[in-house]
Amino acid sequence: MELMIACAIGTLTACGVYLLLRARVFPVVLGLSLLSYGVNLFLFAMGRMASDSPPLIDAHASAYADPLPQALVLTAIVIGFAMIAFLAALALRAYVDLGSDHVDGGECS
Amino acid sequence: MNHWIIVPILLPLLAALLLLTGVCRGLLLERALSLTATVAMALISMGLLYSAAGGGFQVYAVGNWTPPFGIVLVLDRLSALMLVLTALVALFALIYALTGGDSIGRNFHILFQFQLMGLNGAFLTGDLFNLFVFFEILLLASYGLLLHGAGPARVRSALHYVSLNLVGSAIFLIAIGTLYGVTGTLNMADMAQKVAGATPESTAVLRSGALLLLVVFGLKAALPPLYFWLPEAYRAASAPVAALFAVMTKVGVYAILRLFTLIFGPEAGGSALVAEPWLLPVSLAAMVLGVLGVLAGRDLRTLVAYLVVASVGTLLTAVGLFDAKGIGAALFYLIHTTLITAGLFLLADLIGTLRGGAGDRFEPAAPIFRPQFVGALFFVGTVAAAGMPPLSGFACKIMILQAARESTAMSWVWGVVLATSLLNLLALSRAGSMLFWNTLPEKPNGEPVPVMASAPIIVLLAFSFLLIALGNPISAFTAATAEQLLEPAGYIKSVLGHLSGDAMRLAGGG
Repeated sequence: MELMIACAIGTLTACGVYLLLRARVFPVVLGLSLLSYGVNLFLFAMGRMASDSPPLIDAHASAYADPLPQALVLTAIVIGFAMIAFLAALALRAYVDLGSDHVDGGECS
Repeated sequence: MNHWIIVPILLPLLAALLLLTGVCRGLLLERALSLTATVAMALISMGLLYSAAGGGFQVYAVGNWTPPFGIVLVLDRLSALMLVLTALVALFALIYALTGGDSIGRNFHILFQFQLMGLNGAFLTGDLFNLFVFFEILLLASYGLLLHGAGPARVRSALHYVSLNLVGSAIFLIAIGTLYGVTGTLNMADMAQKVAGATPESTAVLRSGALLLLVVFGLKAALPPLYFWLPEAYRAASAPVAALFAVMTKVGVYAILRLFTLIFGPEAGGSALVAEPWLLPVSLAAMVLGVLGVLAGRDLRTLVAYLVVASVGTLLTAVGLFDAKGIGAALFYLIHTTLITAGLFLLADLIGTLRGGAGDRFEPAAPIFRPQFVGALFFVGTVAAAGMPPLSGFACKIMILQAARESTAMSWVWGVVLATSLLNLLALSRAGSMLFWNTLPEKPNGEPVPVMASAPIIVLLAFSFLLIALGNPISAFTAATAEQLLEPAGYIKSVLGHLSGDAMRLAGGG
C-alpha cells in the first residue's frame, strides 16, 4: 500500500512540476493544483497507512488512525482551494491585460 | 496568562472584519478605523516589548489547551522586537497611504489589516503548522496588496510572486509533513526536544526536513537563487505597500532565526547546525547579487528593491555565524534596515511624484521645485543605507565585522561586506546626482512638497539617528535577545514546563 501511495504522490508531483515549467498561464494553474494534490496526499500518508482505523473515538474500533495529519490535510486543502481560485482569477486577468498566455507576458514562442 | 499577547492578532482581525461588513462605509470612516486600529496595535506592541525586555518567556496557550497538544503563542524578546518593527513600519506606511495611495484600488484597508494580522501571528506563534497558516494569511493579503491599483506591470509581477509562493507553500507542507512524521509533534518546543533526542536512523530525514524549511524561508526572504521575484514585485507595488513589504522579507529571516536556533541549533544532536554550511555562502552571494542589481538599477525603486536583497544577505551573513555576537549584530541591523528601506521606498515614490513625467527614473528631467528638503531626506536615507558614519548603518556594519572576526570565514565576510558597501555607495551617489543635479534647463515643477506625505518619511529616516543616540541600550537589548535565542532550554522549559531527559543531557544539565 505504501508503494502505491508513494508512486501516486511522485506522479502527481512530477506532473505538477512539468506543468509549472511550461510557463503558460493555464498550465501553471493546473500544475499547482496537481502539486497541491500530491502534497496533501503526502501529508495524509504521514499518519501512517492503516485500514479499518477510524480517527475519532469509536466503540467498535480496535486501533485508531492518527487524526492530526488528517486535520492538517483538511486545513491545507481549504487553503489550497482558496489560493488556486485566486490564482485562476489572476491568470485570467494576466491573459487579458498582457495579451499573451505566457507568464512573462508578451513572449510568443 | 497575559491576554495582551493575543491582542496584536485579534485587533487587526477585528478591524478588518468591521471594515468588511461595511459598517464604516465611506473612505473617511475607513481611514479613521484603520488608523485607529494601527495606532492601538503599535502602542500595545510597545507595551509587550516593555514586558518582554526583562527576559523570560510569556506563553499563551490558545483555548487553554495544554502544550504540546494545543497551539501556543510565545512572547520573548525576538517576537516582541518583530511586533514593534511591524507596527512602526505599518503605521508610517499607512499614514503615507492616506495621502491618496489607498484609493487607487479597492479594499486597501481590509487587506492591510489582514496583512498585519498575518505578520503578528507569524511572529508570535510557537507551533509549526500554525506558522504555515499565518504565512498563508499574510501571503494572501500581500497578493491583494501587490495588485492594488492594477495595471499590467503589477499583474505580471503578481503572477510570478503568487505562483512562486504557492510552490513555496507546497514545499513548506512537505517539510512540515516530514518533520511531523518523524517527531510526531508540531509544537516547536516539543519538536526541539524530539530532534535533540532523535535516533541516528531518523537524523537523515530530519536534516532533509530542516533544509526544505531553509528553502521555503529562503524563498520568503529572497535568498539566491530564489530572489528574482523581489525586484519586479517591489518595483511594481504602490509605495505604502512596498514599504510594508520591507517587513515581509524579514518574516523569512525571523523564521530562519527562530527555527534554526531553537530546533536545529547547536544542541540538536545529530541535526545540529544543519543550516550552517549553506547559510553563509548563500548570504554572501545575496550581498553580491544585490549590489550588482543596485548598480544596474535604472530607477530609484528598483535600486531600493535590490538594496533589500543585499540587506537580507547582510542579515543572514551575520546570522550564519551562529554565535551570540553575530546574531546580536544581525538583530541591530534588522531594526536599522527595515526602517530605512521602508523610508526609502516612500521617499522614492515622493521623488517620483515631484519629478513629474520622468518619475524616479535616472534620466535628465526638469528640476524639482525647492529641492533642498527632498534632497536632504535623500541624503540622510542613502547615508544610512550605504552604511556611512555617523548614522546607524555604520554602527551595524562595524558590529557585523567585529562578530565575524572570530569565525573561520572572516576574510570572506570582511571582503564581501566592505566591497559591497563601496559599490552601494557608488550606486547611491550616482542615483542622487542623476535625480537632483542632472537636470534639464527647464522651469522647475512647481508643486510644493506635501507635508502629510513627507512626515512619515522624516520619522522613518529619523529612526537612524535614534538608533545611534540610543545605541547602547538597543545593542544591549539585541545582545540579550541573541543570548536568549541561543539557549533553547529556556524556551522549551517555559512552553512545556519541563525538559525531557535527552534535551537536558544535551543542554548540559539544563
